[in-house]
Amino acid sequence: MRALSTHRRHPLAGVLVLLLGLVAVGGLYSALAPRTAQADSAGADAELVAAGRELYLVGCASCHGLNGQGILQSKSGQYGPSLIGVGAAAVDFQVGTGRMPMASNSQQAPRKEPFYDDAETEQLAAFVATEFGPGPAIPGSEYYDIADVSEEEVTRGGEFFLTNCTACHNAVGIGGALGGGRYAPSLEGVEGVHFAEAMITGPQSMPVFSDAVISPEDKRNIYAYLNEVQTQPASGGFALGGVGPVGEGLAGWVAGIGSLVVFAVWIGKHSVRARKP
Amino acid sequence: MSTRIETEGSSTASTKRSYGPLAGPTRWIDDRIGLAGLAKKQMRKVFPEHWSFMLGEIALYSFVVLLLSGVFLSLWFDPSMVEVEYQGAYAPWRGVHMSTAYASSLDLSFEVRGGLLMRQIHHWAATLFLAAMLVHMLRVFFTGAYRKPRETNWLVGLALLQLGIVEGFAGYSLPDDLLSGTGLRIAEGLMRSIPVVGTYISFFVFGGEFPGSDFIPRIYVAHVLLIPGILLGLITFHMLLLVYNKHTQWPGPGRTNDNVVGYPLLPVYMAKAGGFFFVVFGVTALMGALFQINPVWAFGPYDPSKVTAGSQPDWYMGWLDGALRMMPALEFTVFDWTFSLNVFLPGVALMGLLFGVLAAYPFVEQWVTGDKREHHLLQRPRNAPTRTAFGVAGITAYGLLWISGGNDIIATTFGVDFYTITRTLRILIFVAPVLAFIVTKRICIGLQRQSAETVLHGRESGIIMRSPDGAYSERHVPLAPEAAYALTAHDRPDVAALPPATDHNGVAAPHNRVQHARARLSRFWYADDRQKPTADELEQAHAHGHDDEPAPELDSAQEFQGVNELGLPRRH
Repeated sequence: MRALSTHRRHPLAGVLVLLLGLVAVGGLYSALAPRTAQADSAGADAELVAAGRELYLVGCASCHGLNGQGILQSKSGQYGPSLIGVGAAAVDFQVGTGRMPMASNSQQAPRKEPFYDDAETEQLAAFVATEFGPGPAIPGSEYYDIADVSEEEVTRGGEFFLTNCTACHNAVGIGGALGGGRYAPSLEGVEGVHFAEAMITGPQSMPVFSDAVISPEDKRNIYAYLNEVQTQPASGGFALGGVGPVGEGLAGWVAGIGSLVVFAVWIGKHSVRARKP
Repeated sequence: MSTRIETEGSSTASTKRSYGPLAGPTRWIDDRIGLAGLAKKQMRKVFPEHWSFMLGEIALYSFVVLLLSGVFLSLWFDPSMVEVEYQGAYAPWRGVHMSTAYASSLDLSFEVRGGLLMRQIHHWAATLFLAAMLVHMLRVFFTGAYRKPRETNWLVGLALLQLGIVEGFAGYSLPDDLLSGTGLRIAEGLMRSIPVVGTYISFFVFGGEFPGSDFIPRIYVAHVLLIPGILLGLITFHMLLLVYNKHTQWPGPGRTNDNVVGYPLLPVYMAKAGGFFFVVFGVTALMGALFQINPVWAFGPYDPSKVTAGSQPDWYMGWLDGALRMMPALEFTVFDWTFSLNVFLPGVALMGLLFGVLAAYPFVEQWVTGDKREHHLLQRPRNAPTRTAFGVAGITAYGLLWISGGNDIIATTFGVDFYTITRTLRILIFVAPVLAFIVTKRICIGLQRQSAETVLHGRESGIIMRSPDGAYSERHVPLAPEAAYALTAHDRPDVAALPPATDHNGVAAPHNRVQHARARLSRFWYADDRQKPTADELEQAHAHGHDDEPAPELDSAQEFQGVNELGLPRRH
């Protein structure tokens, strides 16, 4: 106790107390924060559509309706949108990237760990595509197989990307904000098939880029450019999140001016001492 | 004296030996330039010591780094808008048509040896240059170093800051990538928003319709020649005025308004400043080597039809961009002229307002306080609560504009709605500075009271004493006289009294309204301050025996009840 009371006016005491407080709050949060429960996987041996129906009735129908017609609310409009004519591509995108089922009712479904495994996603897609009317099918590998894309095609993809995609998704594909709590998500680590599905189906705020507008070949080129941008070595060092001048300004103030002020204090502290006569 | 004549007369060899090997060359130079007398005086010039006096040095040294790295860049950068087909090292844009300026920026980044490092050092140095100027200006503001006789240097510094911003923006625009073109588009919008003449200005500056092919070569000349030349001249003037006005110092024992206590330029500050130069150079080089800044290749060539999410200016223009983002639509047409006040007010008018207020502040303060004396001793921010509160209110507004400028990045990073941020900021921009002003002023006055109490009673020891009759009190450690002096070396400000309504002849006095306003402002400025303790107060406090170690501060229950919130007995 004596050590505590003698050191409580130490210049670093406040910092220490703050650190302890932060650690305690962080520890409590991680201990008490809610987590998702693990779900049992449905039997994969059943017939695709029948199995998909089972999954749909349990996991989707409460918002999208028993017949996929969607559920309307008198006050706030749609509770869940209609799934009529959305096709297998939309289901594979929304469920395969974990966007559906939504964790909470928010402006936009975020990408997260998928709730259903691949087989279940396939069953759901088959069910929606056969029962709720035809729609875009899951695109084939010609949309995203970039194994033998030439350099010129990458450049062409880059020009398409700059014209059509960067306005929302940012020049290096890290995403950007849209109005009303919506946003263009980051494109980092997006699988080719999901990339193609998003372009075809136009999920959430995204417009549809049909094959008549951008051919499958050009879609593949865009994906190749995206892949090139995201896999090329970070020339010039640590990219500071790739968010541009905001991150750079923060680094300039915190790391740059911050460290220089520390140096200035250090130099200012070390004075020549006046000798006593 | 006589020995010197003797040596001169007898032999030159012995002179050389006694004055060292440099005596010959230096005499040769001095015989022709004759600066020895001046140097002898200035080399021993005394500067006071404090870390905050080195903030301006950061700006100076980063400017040197900017000049050096800029010369390197100018050897390869080609500010031409001639369209070329890129065939350089960066594969994704090979075969794309672009301006020579952008192509040479790519070449500079990928093909010139050390080019990317130099580009990044140049850009980081620019970031630090402007940030250091701002920090230095805040130091000068909050310590009252701009007061007479340094108002001129305050204005020169302000001009340097403005020119620095223009210079930085010009550099940001030069590579002609998508980001810089977007920034230029906004600058063009600001020009056009000026009522009536805006369009003409824009056409004049850009040599026709935006973007045209004239602007990049024009701004290049401004960036490498015109503005750096003016900056260099103004920096020299800034430093000469610093030498002429002498440096301000913190109050302390032996330091008065009429002297400067510190160390001589040679050798102490030569060593310190030289060392600090290398530190600044080192930090800039380290940042250039480790942190990517403005990856022009990622943005692609500029095309007015394209834009990228997360388009922001560099930080020093961020507040202006933020004001534009925050402003509601306000536009009308009178006859055939469009008045885009939604662009003009946050863009052009706000810029004028900020720098106008900054330029006028020293003179307004002089007028309100009536303080026309020379000041060479700095004020602690707490001892000028109103000024400090104004400063913090300004920082608050600036910070909110910054947040607005990065609203999309903040929205995606923290998962907040973009519109909510903008709407909240629209309210906060009016409310928060006022709150910041009130809170800061209260904090300053609280700190003044704490200082006064420390002077009167000494420092709290944390030791609780119990007297024989059971009363508890905390022991105070008496303050060293030097510390007490430093805490009380500032002036006791005079609050201007309201002027009489009539003059001595009973006639209504002229200028009374102005005088009334001044008196009211003066009261607002000073009336709530806790003035430093008077000699009387000090004597009274010491009479209670605080200096005797074991004696408790308050020895009777009666006095304990009779203290006010400052811990001072009420009857004082």
